[in-house]
Amino acid sequence: MAIRLSVENISKSFGARKVITDLSFTIAAPGALGIIGRNGSGKTTLLKLLCHLYRPTRGRIEMMRDDNEIKREDFFYHIKMVSPELALYQMLTGLENLRFFATVSGVEFSRPVLEETLDRVGLTGRGNDRVETYSAGMKQRLKYALSLLTSPPVLLLDEPTANLDDTGRKIAFEIMRQQREKRILVIATNEPEDLQNIEQIINLDN
Amino acid sequence: MNRSSTWITKAAAVFTKDLRCELRTRYSLTTLAMFAFTTLVVVSFSVGQGGLSPRVQAALFWIIVFFSAMSSLAGAFVKEEDTGTAQTLRLYASAPVVYAGKLLFNMLLLFLLSLLVTPLYIIFMNITQVNWAILAAVIALGVVGLAGATTIIGAIVAQAGVRGALLAVLSFPVLLPLLVLAINGTTAAFDMSGWTNAIDSIRLLAAYGVIMITASSVLFEFIWNG
Amino acid sequence: MVRTLLQFGLFLLLAAVICFSFITPAPQQQIGEASRIFYYHIPMAWVTVLAYLINLIYSIRYLKTRAVLDDWRALWSAEIGTVFCLLATLSGAIFAKVTWGVYWNWSEPRMLSIFMLLLIYGAYLSLRAALANPERKGLLSAVYAIFAFPAVPFFVFVFPRITESLHPAESVLDKNLEMQMSGPVLWIFLLSLFCFTALFFWIFSLGNRLQRLRLAVNGGA
Repeated sequence: MAIRLSVENISKSFGARKVITDLSFTIAAPGALGIIGRNGSGKTTLLKLLCHLYRPTRGRIEMMRDDNEIKREDFFYHIKMVSPELALYQMLTGLENLRFFATVSGVEFSRPVLEETLDRVGLTGRGNDRVETYSAGMKQRLKYALSLLTSPPVLLLDEPTANLDDTGRKIAFEIMRQQREKRILVIATNEPEDLQNIEQIINLDN
Repeated sequence: MNRSSTWITKAAAVFTKDLRCELRTRYSLTTLAMFAFTTLVVVSFSVGQGGLSPRVQAALFWIIVFFSAMSSLAGAFVKEEDTGTAQTLRLYASAPVVYAGKLLFNMLLLFLLSLLVTPLYIIFMNITQVNWAILAAVIALGVVGLAGATTIIGAIVAQAGVRGALLAVLSFPVLLPLLVLAINGTTAAFDMSGWTNAIDSIRLLAAYGVIMITASSVLFEFIWNG
Repeated sequence: MVRTLLQFGLFLLLAAVICFSFITPAPQQQIGEASRIFYYHIPMAWVTVLAYLINLIYSIRYLKTRAVLDDWRALWSAEIGTVFCLLATLSGAIFAKVTWGVYWNWSEPRMLSIFMLLLIYGAYLSLRAALANPERKGLLSAVYAIFAFPAVPFFVFVFPRITESLHPAESVLDKNLEMQMSGPVLWIFLLSLFCFTALFFWIFSLGNRLQRLRLAVNGGA
């Protein structure tokens, strides 16, 4: 099941302001792509375009599985994004958030599996606390737990190590390594450290 | 160990998620209850003792329900947009699932509202004779239609920057047929004229609900997926 | 050249409609002179419905094409429609005052449906004003237009059935409105209908041309 994400001549403007102009690239699994550029250069916009949260003004974004295009209604099963802009439910606990998002995306997990996932991101024992009590770094870890649970063929990371301490970074790098070696990883970042072992890089400043 | 979830479990998950968040803040419920209670008191205080005709009593009842509903029915979507969870939800849940969950949640809110308002209204307004079966049928169908029409408008309003009274402005023309039918049916329940006068309104209310929910579930796809 | 001739022709025809509507005998004897408003009121109501139908068509089209121009056409026809809707409501109220003695009569389905249209498209325009992002504006207002429109036929067909039981006496008034549409009355009426329709399409195409030029200028810059 070779997944391929191909982007053909996409442009995106918000009203009169052009953010992305005529961008094309392809990534095939296993593989990784880094997106760099100064603040406001459109990194997050590009990620949101890739996962269809935004619609491109011009151009096409396709996901192919063995040369068959994945239909729009199945698209979201194949791609997930972790970003500071994509929030979790403050009023729910960590475990409830995990269970909710996993269930609506199609899989129901038993409690031990959910707790084990929390252990893997270093949130042991905090699963029954509401997310509103979490620090920024803990929220980021919880989002990684969610991406571990759903293990999407394409994972988009927006500033993957922002707000994380050293152990948090290690967890993030481990997730990035696994994703890169088996599936497709796309990172938008300004941290050179995040881009280790990634050959394909797009600079949005040019 | 890991089961794949069906359409129903997904929609139920959205519904219980909203219910759980609501029970922890009680924001919508208290707003709704206080709004309904205030308008109810104002209405009964000013005109409750005079012998109003059943038609006027029915009209005042639905005006209270309509404006109370407008105070918090957009909440289910507004909260998602304001806290930034809407985009996350978009990545994980499909449009029909979200629509069904939110629709159920709004129906529950309206059902609780009518449970609160109806007995208080009948007591405060000194309504002595009520055909309960007709009243229950009209309110139940009215709640379904009201939720069916306003859920999608709530989703539209949630994306606007300036919200204010937008929900009421957008909903009113769409809800006007429902209000007329519901007032007609409720009049029949208050003046004891029996089912022959109410049955037309009840049938049309049911049709209205079906039309609104069908149209919404088709159009919601566009709102949700952009 | 052809365009100028057509525009001049429309001017002449409209002028003819205005002249004939006043120099011929009043179309309805019981109402008398005031019944001449009928030559203007009904075409305006017709243009209102036509404009809103065009809004509906372009709203549906926008959901498919997502073309800026389709959104603009939907908006522009809704705006023209609202102007005609206001005029039709006002002239209708005057007409009602003369024939029934009241400016407004809630049990008259035609008045109700035009009032519904005014409410829906007033709401449509205020929704557009409240949305900032142009794409969301196009999408959400298109969805609203499609969602709200079915309320109108629901009202037109359902409402009379219910109100008849309430105000049986008032439906008698309708009989006063029946007119003998024959001879010059029919011809002037049809000509007026044609002129108003042509006027609408002219205004509509002017707006579209303007918007296309605007897009070309902004796109080239």
